[in-house]
Amino acid sequence: MQANIKVRRFNPETPSKEAHYQEFSVDVHESSSVLDALIKVREEVDGTLALRCSCRASICGSCSMRVNGQATLVCKTRLEEVAPNGEQITIDPMGNMPVIKDLVVDMKLHWDKVRAVDPYLRPGGPEPDGEYIAPNEAMEHLVGVMNCIMCGACVSDCTALEVDENFTGPAALAKAYRFVADPRDDTTHERLGKLNEYPHIWDCTRCYYCVEVCPKDVAPMDRIMKMRDMAIEDGYTNTPGYRHTESFVSSVRKHGRLDESRLAVDSVGWTNLPGLLDLAPVGLKALRKGKLPPIIPHKAEDHKQIRKIVDKLEDEAK
Amino acid sequence: MYEHDLLIIGAGLAGLRAAVEGVRNGSNVAVISKVHPVRSHSNAAQGGINAALTDRGDDWEDHALATIKGSDYLADQDAVEIMAREAGDALIELEHMGVIFSRDETGHLGTRRFGGQKKARTFFVGAITGQAMLHVLYEQALKYGLQVYEEWYVTSLIVEDGAVRGVTALDIHSGELHTIRAKAVIMAAGGAGRVFEPSTNALICTGDGLALAWRAGAALMDMEMIQYHPTTLARTGILLSEAARGEGAYLINSEGERFMERYAPEYLELASRDVVSRAEQTEIDEGRGIDGNVLLDLRHLGRKFIEDRLGYLQEVATEFMGIDLAEQPVPIRPGMHYIMGGIKTDVNGLTSVPGLYAAGECANVSVHGANRLGANSLLDTVVFGRRSAQHAVEYVKSINGNGSSSEEHLETEKKRLQAILDRERGLKSAAVRQEMAESMTAGIGVFRDQESMEGAQAKIKEIREQLPRVSVDDKGKVFNTDLMFALELDFMVDVAESVCAGALARKESRGAHFRTDLEDRDDENWLKHTLVYKTDEGIRVDTSPVTITKWEPVTRVY
Repeated sequence: MQANIKVRRFNPETPSKEAHYQEFSVDVHESSSVLDALIKVREEVDGTLALRCSCRASICGSCSMRVNGQATLVCKTRLEEVAPNGEQITIDPMGNMPVIKDLVVDMKLHWDKVRAVDPYLRPGGPEPDGEYIAPNEAMEHLVGVMNCIMCGACVSDCTALEVDENFTGPAALAKAYRFVADPRDDTTHERLGKLNEYPHIWDCTRCYYCVEVCPKDVAPMDRIMKMRDMAIEDGYTNTPGYRHTESFVSSVRKHGRLDESRLAVDSVGWTNLPGLLDLAPVGLKALRKGKLPPIIPHKAEDHKQIRKIVDKLEDEAK
Repeated sequence: MYEHDLLIIGAGLAGLRAAVEGVRNGSNVAVISKVHPVRSHSNAAQGGINAALTDRGDDWEDHALATIKGSDYLADQDAVEIMAREAGDALIELEHMGVIFSRDETGHLGTRRFGGQKKARTFFVGAITGQAMLHVLYEQALKYGLQVYEEWYVTSLIVEDGAVRGVTALDIHSGELHTIRAKAVIMAAGGAGRVFEPSTNALICTGDGLALAWRAGAALMDMEMIQYHPTTLARTGILLSEAARGEGAYLINSEGERFMERYAPEYLELASRDVVSRAEQTEIDEGRGIDGNVLLDLRHLGRKFIEDRLGYLQEVATEFMGIDLAEQPVPIRPGMHYIMGGIKTDVNGLTSVPGLYAAGECANVSVHGANRLGANSLLDTVVFGRRSAQHAVEYVKSINGNGSSSEEHLETEKKRLQAILDRERGLKSAAVRQEMAESMTAGIGVFRDQESMEGAQAKIKEIREQLPRVSVDDKGKVFNTDLMFALELDFMVDVAESVCAGALARKESRGAHFRTDLEDRDDENWLKHTLVYKTDEGIRVDTSPVTITKWEPVTRVY
């Protein structure tokens, strides 16, 4: 079959330093992957095409890039899935990372963030002679996270990173979870305390993209949410994130709907003057555009009914 | 110019294990790797790591004997004893570092069975054991702040007064060539699968380390010992772990017969790899295959078991073949997988060149001999990675200064690289490699004979002559992989030559080296290693005795 691909090219050594798209068409076996097609281009058509790839079996994590706008490992993306009728597919380098050349990005910032979560086991007490005793279920649960091959697909498509490059990001936080959830690690409380601060677990916007694009089913966002729960259970409640969730529940219970003005102030904290001042321009802007939520919230008609539901849910959760 | 006490080439399991040891010993250590450490091919090891835990009643001697029998008595028994004895300690150390090994119902480490062994002593993480170990060793590297030259490509070893004193290396990002001086170098650059086609190996497995050491004067040993793995996926050649058979999968032919009953009545599917691969190839050659494959059948294991214990296999079969292992047998065939041969070292990783150590797949200690047992390679990497660093660190203490500051060697290398860049459009390295690799598989395959091996050797000679005409499209500096592929091809041709020389030298059948024109093992004349050296006058072939401690060679039956 014919693979029709449009590749974003960028060569920092050209005078203009401008990126452009280049179209290629190569003949490949019908069960070929997108990577097979790219390798064919590199080997037979244009040896200047730069991309990373190695194992061709979705285990080394080298070949993450965007296919039709979504990050994926191209070795496990079959052409017939993305172009069943020979449609042209567009290949871009991963997002949220600077491009070095063509499809090769600089992942340094990501690796620095992995470093920042203290990514190594910290067991307590003297080492046993033999192995640490641990339940198999805990280990199997961790296999789900250890499946992460650090390909960067989730980092590429993370919408929180897009607006705040300081955010630790899904892959590094999944890595953090691997230690938080490891029964052999003795520093869970300390880890959660650190992760509770900016720019870690509370900066995820829950857009779900990381879960969607992860080629290894690591589900980074789910791990981040789990760490939020764990942090709260561990007593870390003095955070905008925790106050946000509390305010959310309390306003729904009280009014049967969300009190957005209060939510903003509650999250920042009533005694946090600089934080409140930061809110002011946002409020003014909203006011000018007629989008400021009512200061005194409307109550939902059936708010008593809603309160019962909330109470019941909370009872059940206990 | 950069300087270190100890420079480790390769950031897979052997390299990282060595590095962690070096850093813990307070040495100025750096690792250099053409890919980021977690991209290394150790990732691809699926099934597990062998260790006889004596405190739970296992016997390291039993593991040693299984390894020696698996090696068809070519392994050096002193080295095997060390590996088997140190296995438990190495395993527990990995567990303490954080590897999430599977547990049994009591919370202790769980095991599965692997080929060539009666006892279940393979410890594992699902079917991602190599990946799980590699990422944990990388965690340790981060913990100790290990310096890594990431995406740097070593082009040559610097030898001064007969000793290795550093390397020249290309920073792939900038395209600049640098000298990195070191008092000792540990070669841990992995295997050479790309010398063959097809192969289960990653694209990075181009035998760089073997060729670099060979050019520096080190002996390569038993290079004819190429492992064909019995279960690689039809067409793509992707590896399906031995763990499948370890957990009870069957091999069946086109007649639905569990044919291993005829070849290895006792061990069946879990005979050693060379035996199973030959059985499969015989079935295929005698017309009982299906389009050049036989079938691996897991259906009776059940979906839950497959997904819990062999998840990655299910992922691969589904994603790459569209086959659900719980519903359908999967077509597989023998595929080139591992090279038992390698840079000759002693049990401390020291090669025949002072200052040069080697560990992992590129090294030959020799613990695998003529056939490696599954799950012994991960063990090899950590045991001998650690030992090589321990000894290199001691050696480093005896060296004063970082040698000559001459940049003459660097200039020579710069000229060599520039000459490749300057070549007029000629041959493409990929096409030349394909031709070379296919002829290697044809000539040095599961079965081989004088004629096929001479055919491969003649072809490699032709390829050698083509090398000066291999050109690159990319004339730039930044991330010029085109140039790197040309350099890799140059290394691969060296490796191919050494394999052919070893293969033609060994006039018997032993383990993976099965000659249809000389079918018997010949202990009288060939209970010895083949050694090949690269000299100005060409390849020199020699032999050396095999170390036998307490297990006299007997006929090998599974």
